[in-house]
Amino acid sequence: MTANTSESPRPVTLTHPSAQHPPRSQMNRVARRFLRHRLAVTGSVMLIAIMLYVTLGALIFTEAQANYNDTSRRLEAPSTQHPFGTDTIGRDILARTIYGGQISLLIGVFAVSVSVTVGVMVGVVSGYYGGWIDGLLMRFTEAMLCIPSLLLLLVISKFLGGRIPDVNFLGREFSGSVIVIIAIIGLTSWMYLARIVRASVLSLKQAEFIVAAEALGAPTRRVILAHILPNILAPVIVSATLGVAGAILSEAYISFLGLGVKPPTATWGNMLDGASRFIAEAPWLWLCPGVLILITVMSINFVGDGLRDALDPRSDNKV
Amino acid sequence: MFKYILRRALQAIPLLFFISFALFGLMQASGDPLATFGGRQPLQPDDRARLARQMGLDQPFLVQYLIWLTGDDWLRWDTDGDRLADHAIIVPLADLEGQPLPPGRRYGIIRGDFGASVQMRKPAIEVIGDKIGPTLLLMGTAQVVIVIVSLVIGILSAVRQYTWVDSLLTSFSFVMYSFPIFLIALLLMYLFAIKFREWGLPYFPISGMFDPRGGVTPQEIAWHMVLPVTSISLISIAGYSRYIRSTMLEVINSDYIRTARAKGLSERRTLMVHAFKNASLPLVTLIGLDIPFLLGGAVVTEQLFGWPGLGSQFINSINASDFPVLMTLLMMISVAVVIFQILTDITYTFLDPRIRY
Repeated sequence: MTANTSESPRPVTLTHPSAQHPPRSQMNRVARRFLRHRLAVTGSVMLIAIMLYVTLGALIFTEAQANYNDTSRRLEAPSTQHPFGTDTIGRDILARTIYGGQISLLIGVFAVSVSVTVGVMVGVVSGYYGGWIDGLLMRFTEAMLCIPSLLLLLVISKFLGGRIPDVNFLGREFSGSVIVIIAIIGLTSWMYLARIVRASVLSLKQAEFIVAAEALGAPTRRVILAHILPNILAPVIVSATLGVAGAILSEAYISFLGLGVKPPTATWGNMLDGASRFIAEAPWLWLCPGVLILITVMSINFVGDGLRDALDPRSDNKV
Repeated sequence: MFKYILRRALQAIPLLFFISFALFGLMQASGDPLATFGGRQPLQPDDRARLARQMGLDQPFLVQYLIWLTGDDWLRWDTDGDRLADHAIIVPLADLEGQPLPPGRRYGIIRGDFGASVQMRKPAIEVIGDKIGPTLLLMGTAQVVIVIVSLVIGILSAVRQYTWVDSLLTSFSFVMYSFPIFLIALLLMYLFAIKFREWGLPYFPISGMFDPRGGVTPQEIAWHMVLPVTSISLISIAGYSRYIRSTMLEVINSDYIRTARAKGLSERRTLMVHAFKNASLPLVTLIGLDIPFLLGGAVVTEQLFGWPGLGSQFINSINASDFPVLMTLLMMISVAVVIFQILTDITYTFLDPRIRY
């Protein structure tokens, strides 16, 4: 790994430092390291392209067009009229990948918000308080890790499936299953983050500035919020970024197995449901959403990898 | 050491109870096993009530859990529904209203009775037993392929760090790591089964474990395994080989490797004996912790290739709300995870004498 970028020596003057060239901030250094990471930049560019695809595309097609079906035009091969072809009930796949992409990305981001919230809370409480709370929370974490996460996801999605009514959000109608999927992916993927956070908090707790803050009588809430949280941000950001990729994949898997988001709301995952019956007849059916998932997941992984190297230059872990 | 194992085993018991309780609750709340009991036709209300009573589904949740756990042969049941005693079931061995009631016939999971499958009408353990062979065959083969190939890739890219070989293998891992398994499976199917057939080349089958015409021969099964094993392996090789590369690099840059080189050992011997042996230690942990999860099968892959294993069975049972089978499978995996965690720790202490418990 490269060493820290050395700061230029600051000239000794009597004026206030802010009047001078400000010293390079931590953020600035992180950004520079990130931009030097070739894969990370490639990933960011691809990710921006995907985001433009799902947002600008929505200006060309309406959601009604994405859900419009014409069974006389089912399974049509890509043509000028339907560049990605049509699906099993004659919907335009291009329009569906645009709206499906929005939902898939949305699920990725929101599911990770859930898992980061739970993971950080469990990790901080466990690491900071220790004792029986720690014991209890960590046993619970272990219990969650004992069951393969995909199987757990399937069981819970069966449990919650169809119970949540459709919701109206930002003027659009979403299948209630979107919320279910967000919740269950979030609630089954916080365990590794909780462990990482707990370990960081445990080592931070011994740090002198924490001991000092406690000695000065800072309330626990302040110690946690102002002193501990900012110092565990790096692993949390990296894990959250990579988590978005994982969540998008998880959504694709459960929707692929027919237990995910219910139609007509499209996602990249449920566009694949049933597509495997048309491997030969209609490869565009699975190829288009599949490749979009691949590109998205790959670019997020690249960005996460770059963030890891940029935020923690000491880490040799280039996996 | 023995004390450590004992402590770990004792800690695992409440953990497993907790898992079973949580899963049982989740399943009870998640669907009605009687909904699909009568096949396509919904059950008559009378039949429904009678079946619920006979299967104990009308009992309160805690009672159902207790029965699932410990059986009901120590309880007196009223299965024909003409008694008032239906819900007063904790009536240890006492007759109700002078009428002798038959004891239950279940022994509970802690005595090895996993209950009967709702869907198949045979013991859940038999349902699992029928499917575990194909899953272990598929996943075991895949695991062997994964370990061997990723060892080769990992060591090669560590030894040739920052050469074109390394960057090629690294990019390959990065791309494969992000591949959704269904996409790779579908691509393989499209190319090696459908296109190869069109082109008149020998093509691979895409569904099932053997061709009914060919019969169950080892060659048939091996031929059917090629594509699913390749799909599973390609995905996992990426992560494993990156891991091996980084542990190998760590070892190669350590003092004892420099010493080995300095005393004039051949590069081959240095790498294979001194470096590889030490680099493979963390791999043992990784494999040991992954093995129990093989039991879950590869749900998506098995489903896609129509492989008659536990993964497909799981989806099948979920759709039928077949709780006994689901519970048996999930508990089996949990127990395996706990056992393998302990076994991995023990193995590690033998392999790495620096570690003491």
